[in-house]
Amino acid sequence: MSIDTKKGIPEGIWSKCAACGEVIFQKEFFAGYKVCPGCSFHYPLSAHERLDTLLDMGTFRELDADMTSADPLAFVGNKAYKESLEASMANTGLKEAVMTGYGKVNARTVVIAVMDFRFIGGSMGSVVGEKITRAIEYAAKKHAPLIIVAASGGARMQEGMFSLAQMAKTSAALAKLADKHVPYISIMTHPTTGGVTASFPALADIIIAEPGALIGFTGARVIEDTLKEKLPAGFQTAEFMLEHGMVDMVIERKDIKGEIAALLDMFQMGAAGRQQETLSVGDIVPGADVARKMQKTVQTGVKKSAKNIKTQVKRLQGK
Amino acid sequence: MLDFEKHIIEMEKRLDELKRLSVGSKEDLSLEIDELERQLTEHKTKVYSQLTPWQRVQIARHPDRPQTRDFIEMIFHDFIELHGDRLYGDDAAIVGGPAFLDGRAVMVIGQHKGHTTRERISCNFGSPHPEGYRKALRLMKLAEKFNLPVITFIDTQGAYPGVGAEERGQAWAIADNLMRMSQLRVPIVAVNIAEGGSGGALALGVADRLLMLENAWYSVISPEGCASILYKDAAKAPEAADSLKMTAEALHNNGIVDEIVPEPVGGAHRAPNATAENLHKSLNRALDEISAAPVAKMLDLRYAKLRAIGAFEEPQPKG
Ligand SMILES: [Zn+2]
Repeated sequence: MSIDTKKGIPEGIWSKCAACGEVIFQKEFFAGYKVCPGCSFHYPLSAHERLDTLLDMGTFRELDADMTSADPLAFVGNKAYKESLEASMANTGLKEAVMTGYGKVNARTVVIAVMDFRFIGGSMGSVVGEKITRAIEYAAKKHAPLIIVAASGGARMQEGMFSLAQMAKTSAALAKLADKHVPYISIMTHPTTGGVTASFPALADIIIAEPGALIGFTGARVIEDTLKEKLPAGFQTAEFMLEHGMVDMVIERKDIKGEIAALLDMFQMGAAGRQQETLSVGDIVPGADVARKMQKTVQTGVKKSAKNIKTQVKRLQGK
Repeated sequence: MLDFEKHIIEMEKRLDELKRLSVGSKEDLSLEIDELERQLTEHKTKVYSQLTPWQRVQIARHPDRPQTRDFIEMIFHDFIELHGDRLYGDDAAIVGGPAFLDGRAVMVIGQHKGHTTRERISCNFGSPHPEGYRKALRLMKLAEKFNLPVITFIDTQGAYPGVGAEERGQAWAIADNLMRMSQLRVPIVAVNIAEGGSGGALALGVADRLLMLENAWYSVISPEGCASILYKDAAKAPEAADSLKMTAEALHNNGIVDEIVPEPVGGAHRAPNATAENLHKSLNRALDEISAAPVAKMLDLRYAKLRAIGAFEEPQPKG
């Protein structure tokens, strides 16, 4: 018996770790956030399990829960797209590869999106793109920090260019969120690969990766086939990406929630300082009417100086 | 020579020969010539009006098809090539710099595959590294600073699959372009001139207008890649090309592509100048239309366009 590194569901009372071979008892495995006590490989979590590790109990409220995929290309392959969708729904109890909503991280309200790799490889089609974009827009509207947990093999092939376009859509929404100085923390989990990596997961203020997670753009097999050579050990792991400056930290699953809370507090403090700065006129000159008077003086001054410039220009032109 | 071109090229040869013979001959060959010309036109129209997606892919990959540097030469004047991303290196897979499009100074940026073996190797067959995407972004920022519209040419099978590309953040470079292009304060027109493979193509494709040459393809995954996933057999690429709905016509119908730029019968490789003339007109028209709106409005429209792409179902539509 072994644990599948992609599914992370052990059978029976004990199982062998697929990463290191260590015997793990199921009870211990689940109590320990699905982390192997031997090699500390972080097995994938379902969206619900992930929410449990990050949010205060009972605080999650889901958004857009009933959005489902259409089949815009009427895609035919070895299996019809509709069949794959139905199988994934039955398998996971989810309607799509991402759950979005809001909740609390140690009492701090956040907007959150969590992907589930079990749903067609966590691939991003129109629904994943739309739900994440709405979550980003909601965070911007509410000025609430955004957390996105990525777990994806890439863009969803069965929706063709509709899928690719979701990369641009989510990225554009994040540009608007950044304009509002709302913090965005990305958590890259096993695996975060393909086109999806080249969109929202890479565009965060802070990127946290889980130990051992596969992170990259092009699949290792494709690179091997192109280069005709073996890849270096540890290629495209979270640790590799840390070494190359692509992520901020690689930390254990149990520590992520606390780290998010600590970061948000610091960003919050900075933002409060900025607000105070814009209010500082009122601090020095008490009384609204005095402030208004000052503003008027400034405006008159501006008008006057504009008039002065015009007169001077005319003088210079010899009129 | 492509399979379906064989018969056409044979007929053309025979026609040339007849014409040559008729010059010094006492015999009147004009009837035969007329008849053959009629047959040729009829056959060509028949072949090219029912091209399969896979046949178009072959046209898009024709070694004589005009590429970015060729279009720059045929459409623009006084192009000044600029180099380097100011961070790591210069990627020959992406060419860029300011040039004149008739009376208008613009910034042209595009992927270039190369014609000769030597050139193709030096530019990695048009597959950019992160430094290529970062060079592109640097030139776009330069264009923004000096208020030059940006024109991009897409022609790549995908971003370069290599160890160095992953080490230097291929996903991060692409994502950054998606985000920054969505807010670039100058008009952007993107043209897919041949091949648009996945995120590596999209990284030059966030635009106010997306144009596509008639025989170009644009897809979330190459037909070969899709076939090896679906059927474990890259030779089934023709079927995958059908399923992915990757032709200009299919993408125009799906609202992803704004305009199809016609290629003369036979494809761009048989009439590069006429193709360039068509594109030249389309570029001017697109820039005129985009520039008519003030910058803020232009950016709103660009966001709305990116935002609107997606096909999904919701039980209770919002509103
Ligand atoms: Zn282990």
